[in-house]
Amino acid sequence: MSNVVTITGVKKLYKMGSEIVAALNGVDLKIDAGEFVALMGPSGSGKSTLMNILGCLDRPTVGSYKLLGQEVSGLSDDELARIRNKTIGFVFQNFNLLPKLTSLENVALPAVYAGLSNKERLSMAMDALKKVSLADRAEHLPSELSGGQRQRVAIARAIAMKPSIIMADEPTGNLDTKSTGEIMEIFRELHAAGSTIILVTHEPDIAQAADRQILVKDGQIVKDITKDSHEIIDIV
Amino acid sequence: MLFTELLKMAGLSLVANKLRTLLTMLGIIIGVAAVIAMVSVGMGVKKNVVDSISRLGSNMLIIMPGSFSRGGPRGAAGSVTTLTYADAEVIKDKIKNIDYVSPTVQSSYQIVYGHENWNSSVIGVIPEYVAIQSLELSSGLFFSEHDVDVRNRVAVIGSTVATNLFASVNPVGKKIRIGNAPYTIIGVLASKGQSSGGQDQDDVVLIPLTTAQERLIGITYVRSINVQVSEADKMDEVQSNIEKLLRQRHRIRAGAEDDFNVRNLTSLMETMTSTTTMITLLLGSIAGISLIVGGIGIMNIMMVSVTERTREIGIRKAIGATYSSIMLQFLIESTMISIIGGLIGIIIGIGAAQAISKFGDFTTVISGLSIVASFGFSLFVGIFFGMLPARKAARLDPIDALRYE
Repeated sequence: MSNVVTITGVKKLYKMGSEIVAALNGVDLKIDAGEFVALMGPSGSGKSTLMNILGCLDRPTVGSYKLLGQEVSGLSDDELARIRNKTIGFVFQNFNLLPKLTSLENVALPAVYAGLSNKERLSMAMDALKKVSLADRAEHLPSELSGGQRQRVAIARAIAMKPSIIMADEPTGNLDTKSTGEIMEIFRELHAAGSTIILVTHEPDIAQAADRQILVKDGQIVKDITKDSHEIIDIV
Repeated sequence: MLFTELLKMAGLSLVANKLRTLLTMLGIIIGVAAVIAMVSVGMGVKKNVVDSISRLGSNMLIIMPGSFSRGGPRGAAGSVTTLTYADAEVIKDKIKNIDYVSPTVQSSYQIVYGHENWNSSVIGVIPEYVAIQSLELSSGLFFSEHDVDVRNRVAVIGSTVATNLFASVNPVGKKIRIGNAPYTIIGVLASKGQSSGGQDQDDVVLIPLTTAQERLIGITYVRSINVQVSEADKMDEVQSNIEKLLRQRHRIRAGAEDDFNVRNLTSLMETMTSTTTMITLLLGSIAGISLIVGGIGIMNIMMVSVTERTREIGIRKAIGATYSSIMLQFLIESTMISIIGGLIGIIIGIGAAQAISKFGDFTTVISGLSIVASFGFSLFVGIFFGMLPARKAARLDPIDALRYE
């Protein structure tokens, strides 16, 4: 299997007054196509920073990030925006849907920025909604949907452009147990269909769904285990 | 493709905040309407002035005798008596591009008819006076060249004189006495009303120029010669030709002062036009300031809107919106406000101008230029003041924007 993500020697440094703080301090990571990875770590560990860099929302201060073989650490804002548009699908903890757009319009939004025609957009968006079993809620506004349904719309938006990576940041953090189950089921289905998924979470139960668990602490990867090893990561 | 979507997005967001959009637009509406209404008032003033000057006679040169200046003290303008009927005739014969030449003399006399009497100004004229002053007769005829040649005692009276002396009787054919000599009335002038200077233009008695000079007043000179030039752009040429001719005829040596003045109504017109243009510009620019204030209103609201929608911007950026697509989305919003506001402003401005002219009894002239200029300016204001908020939105960092509560 080919590498989707190859990170070598990545550091992210911030200046806090006169001190320089390293949010990431030398991270090496490879993720293959089709992997389901859970990124874990306590708050302040640097997992959000790693997630932002992986999602092309941020650039590393030092180091190399190859996405699908392309070096992206030196790209401009607009080039990163185009990569986010076509290669990465985001699912956020608080859904981040636009409240004035219907489910269908929300799901079609990435395609708007890709410059696709109205017809193409709507058929792509409808396909994506069908995959999360929400085709019947296409014309509903987010406010007319339950939390679980909203997150499913957000997942549909993330997969609408058929991205190479789906990045989910605490996707079940705001959901009840039943909805959490539904959402995780969708991720498992997507994974089974061959999607590469990176899931950020601090809940070991959720992380169990992934094939591989990575623990980040103090800006470094301290554990990287596959499911077969039967090890359980305790983030605390 | 993307552009039409951005248009739709901007439109939706304006419709979503109807009241806010309308209030923001109000600045532009008032600004554009004020520019159009104010300029129409200024143009109305201009039209009034131009009309009243051209009522004095268009393309008119007025030759007046100069002041007497031999030796020490100088006399009043007109104190020189060298300008004559012959000068007028020579001007007409020798100088091209002249339609009419009308020399006049004038003096006040007591006019007597039966037991009635009336003091009026008696003007000695030749028949061309009718054309040059655009006079019309309500009854009878005007006197002819022949009457001037033979110094006939005939008179044409203004309507004020007619009512005061004759009441309801038709004056044509009646004899009046001017300076104890009898004159036969052959015509009555149609009323012309007051002049722009407030004089009653109907309080006149017109008699042949030669009769007035020789049989009534007893002078050889004329008080003024009015010259109507055939085309406006020949005015300067005709004026300098007249000056040359008169200096020659009056034997004025090179370097010596003229003994006459040629006045040009066009220059008066130019002065008045430039003054009223200044007034129009002043009114327009004061109104234009309100457009700028309206633009600042747009900027203000767009700034608030960008802050409010930080999260939305973050989402859009996360799913692939580029700098320019965010910038364009907000710029389209501010431009839409100014375009719609500008169009409404045009309608209200035209309405206001018409209301002023209808209820304010004041001429207003709606100028196409002011409509185009104010609309163009409002468009510029919308784009210019939308730029800063749009840039602010486009430059937001997606990570910070997504975290914004």
